[in-house]
Amino acid sequence: MRTALTVLRKDLLLELRGLETLPAMILFAIVTFVIFHFGLNRDTIDGQLAAGVLTVTLLFAAMLGINRLFVAEREQGGFDAFLLAPVDRSALLVAKATALFLFLVVLEVIAVPAFGLLLLGPSLGPALPGLIAVLALGDVALAVIGTLVSAIAVQTRARDLIGPIIGLPLLLPALIGMARGAGPLLVAHGSSTPPGRWVAILALYDVVFALLSYAVFDFLLED
Amino acid sequence: MLRDVSLDVPAGSTLAVLGRNGAGKSTLLRILATLLRPHAGDVRLFGEALPRRGFAVRGRLGLLAHDPLLYRDLSGRENLGYHARLHGVGSERVEELLEAVGMGGRADEPVRLLSRGMVQRLAVCRAVLHDPSLLLLDEPLANLDPAATDLVAPLIGRACGATRVLTSHDPQAALAEADLVLGLEGGRAAFVTSPDQVDPAAVKRLYA
Repeated sequence: MRTALTVLRKDLLLELRGLETLPAMILFAIVTFVIFHFGLNRDTIDGQLAAGVLTVTLLFAAMLGINRLFVAEREQGGFDAFLLAPVDRSALLVAKATALFLFLVVLEVIAVPAFGLLLLGPSLGPALPGLIAVLALGDVALAVIGTLVSAIAVQTRARDLIGPIIGLPLLLPALIGMARGAGPLLVAHGSSTPPGRWVAILALYDVVFALLSYAVFDFLLED
Repeated sequence: MLRDVSLDVPAGSTLAVLGRNGAGKSTLLRILATLLRPHAGDVRLFGEALPRRGFAVRGRLGLLAHDPLLYRDLSGRENLGYHARLHGVGSERVEELLEAVGMGGRADEPVRLLSRGMVQRLAVCRAVLHDPSLLLLDEPLANLDPAATDLVAPLIGRACGATRVLTSHDPQAALAEADLVLGLEGGRAAFVTSPDQVDPAAVKRLYA
């Protein structure tokens, strides 16, 4: 745990210094909402369409963060430095997934209200508690799978290509779970709690991939 | 690629690895550092078989490679603090090393703003932070002026007491430091001998 916190602290410090990942994710999300506003030729959207637009935008914004997650390690020797230390290597998985999760939280703190202002018809307020729960579970999947995919992709030449090719199919179930979970929340006078089935599916997906990632991550770091 | 490289390095001694670019010197160091897995053969450090028992030796070796393994947007102090925490070393050791290499006054500047010589000094600090028993030194004096070389000598020179494996493009300087010499040519061991028995013609052929 101490090792994971050390790596996390370093990553957050690097992001604060460089501001390379988070601003790109946020800007991408906002611009995408604006483009959807004009592209759909509708003043407002709601229900499943709104949930789809929101979750797809967050997914693609997350891919920007996923592609950059291990770049500093690859380009500045961070992998070697970590592998030389007498520490549990899965701490790197925990640290990176936590960093990506935090980036997604910050992204959503800005992007979801922007979505509410730019595109959503019904008021966001009543839907917020349920939406937070759905997005939190979805963010865990994005963070864990994204870290795994990023660790694979960063060791290849076509890093920006491999990440989406491997990551998007693996993230599709999480996307479906997030969209189906958020859809009933984003209608006028809609439900304030997300459908239990989709919450359970998301939670199960999180657990399965967290365990799988923990099992295989060590092997990904070996040369 | 390395083939048929076989030798024993006694504790506390210095092995100099000679050879031209691409001979396999850095590959050898990376295998010893547990960063590369050999396809065949046995590697033992401190009696532990690599790579299977790599976790048992990592805390006892220090690598000074071509890449300083420092984050450019962090300061020297922050970089060393990070590595210190990974190795379970206290912050007082970081301060001690920064003073020892004359970097106390520039330790809070981002590494990307420092000269290559200063970065190399910080890299030396990183390599010895946890007081390793085995030092793997790939061109350790690269980019260092004579004054800086004198500053790092107690940390990575013969006097430091660690077992050392060092590579150098200066055969004479390497031979002066060595207890054992390995000549690599095309990934194979051209010779393994003591410095006083090295054939100058053989050394010349390595770099021809």
